[in-house]
Amino acid sequence: MVTTMIAARVSPGRVGAVINRNLGALRSGPSYWLVLVSGFFEPLLYLLSIGVGVGALVGELQVGGRTLPYATFVAPAMLAVSAMSGALAETTFNFFFKMKYQKTFDAILATPVRPFEIALGELGWAMMRGSLYTGVFLLVMVALGLAAPLWALAAFPATILVGLAFGSLGMAVSTLMRGWQDFDLMSTGQFALFLFSGTFSPVGDYPVAMQVLIQATPLYHAVELVRGLAIGDPRWGLLVHAAYLLAMVVAGLLFAARRLQRVLCV
Amino acid sequence: MSPQPLIHARGLVKRFGSFTAVDGIDLQVAPGEAFGFLGPNGAGKSSTMRMISCVSLPTAGELRILGMDPARDGTRIRARLGVCPQLDNLDPDLSVRENLTTYARYFGIPRAEARRRADELLEFVQLADRAGSKVDPLSGGMKRRLTIARAMVNEPDIVLLDEPTTGLDPQARHLLWERLFQLKRRGTTLVLTTHYMDEAEQLCDRLVVMDGGRIVAEGSPRSLIETYSTPEVVELRFGDDRPADVAGKLAGVGERIDPLPDRVLVYAADGDAATAEVHRRGLTPSSVLVRRSTLEDVFLHLTGRTLVD
Repeated sequence: MVTTMIAARVSPGRVGAVINRNLGALRSGPSYWLVLVSGFFEPLLYLLSIGVGVGALVGELQVGGRTLPYATFVAPAMLAVSAMSGALAETTFNFFFKMKYQKTFDAILATPVRPFEIALGELGWAMMRGSLYTGVFLLVMVALGLAAPLWALAAFPATILVGLAFGSLGMAVSTLMRGWQDFDLMSTGQFALFLFSGTFSPVGDYPVAMQVLIQATPLYHAVELVRGLAIGDPRWGLLVHAAYLLAMVVAGLLFAARRLQRVLCV
Repeated sequence: MSPQPLIHARGLVKRFGSFTAVDGIDLQVAPGEAFGFLGPNGAGKSSTMRMISCVSLPTAGELRILGMDPARDGTRIRARLGVCPQLDNLDPDLSVRENLTTYARYFGIPRAEARRRADELLEFVQLADRAGSKVDPLSGGMKRRLTIARAMVNEPDIVLLDEPTTGLDPQARHLLWERLFQLKRRGTTLVLTTHYMDEAEQLCDRLVVMDGGRIVAEGSPRSLIETYSTPEVVELRFGDDRPADVAGKLAGVGERIDPLPDRVLVYAADGDAATAEVHRRGLTPSSVLVRRSTLEDVFLHLTGRTLVD
């Protein structure tokens, strides 16, 4: 009900204008490009060092009744991480800076654009950035023989959903940030997710209590969904992971838009 | 048959928690008018402006902008307003020209038309030669002119200017006033806040004096001066003597005496006659200045305080 009411008032043109502003900023100078490119390398380096390097020591892995080379197991997780970091980089640091210091959103809110449209535009932009990372990453996976081309293609929309979910979460969290110090906390959380979400070892190997905890966190669902598709194992269970991520998108967006309204429209 | 007001407010209130920033004000702004809010910092001018620009909703009272209700039609109203905020929020990631074209997109103005308007506006605010520059290297006056150009990009019915020349040097202020005067001549409705009486006198057809969230007087600059002050004011300085001590000896000179910390103001119809009377009483001020009354005197009379502390 609330969602349909909001959707009815959203103007695609205004959302596009918010994305257009970010495109303009990207075109404006080399600094943004540097940030953009650097974000791509982290997951790739992990894939090469741990997936391929440690993978040589580990050998093969039994996952859900299938035997996989370790690098094939790790690669989809790094893909999901790449989608997550791409979206988060845009919706946390950049979003917070635009909201709090650069007053970009104050300027935009003096025009017909609504807070929800800002949130949608920023998310759309984050998704574009994230998709650039995951698209290239998928090409690398195919080139290294870590995914079949068709399954890589199937995994791509899943990475978009992952980007949207973490982008929404990132924006929601950013609207609550008091200052840069709070971002340290967020980075720690992000790193913990990165290590434990079934990225480098199957979650089934952990004690039950920890398994339950991990299954409640978002990157786990992202990794499971992306991995299921990338390794060519499409189970019905993947829909549960997709539903979890979709719920994140909706909740994060609504929360972020509401906070923008409360913080900036006073 | 006065035209429908562009802005209509009745009993307008804005509260932040227990703090009341705007305490029940009434106002009307007619098309083509240059309307000003004059008052010191904290008088409630900016809060009023934010409500008029449909960014912040009133806590209570009635507000109609262009005949519409901000609570329901905020988007449609904002589409027809041009806002120049107190603090520049230009986009430092974009060039001068892109600041205008990007902003135009928020109003749904097509790309080609946005470029055309940007070039025209840069010409108008005399920044055409800086079109490709980033925003940061611009001077304060240039930034403010760019912000005004940005506020004009949607060809608004009302341009709202919150303290347009605060923090600018005199030359930049005069250039800005001249541009705003051009806008006024074209028939653009201007609503501005200021704590500079000279700005209010130069630009406003009509203004309200605000203090403590309320409107304490309303009228044209001239009528306010006529109502609340005398035609002339004599400023007397007395070296070491404290103005308050001297004030007693001045009783009956002019129409009213106002001792300030550093000088005594004598309000009189005829400043020279009042000065002669001061000398006749054997007082020897170290300096005497006879001048015309200004809005500053109006404000001082109405609130007992000066505008800029």
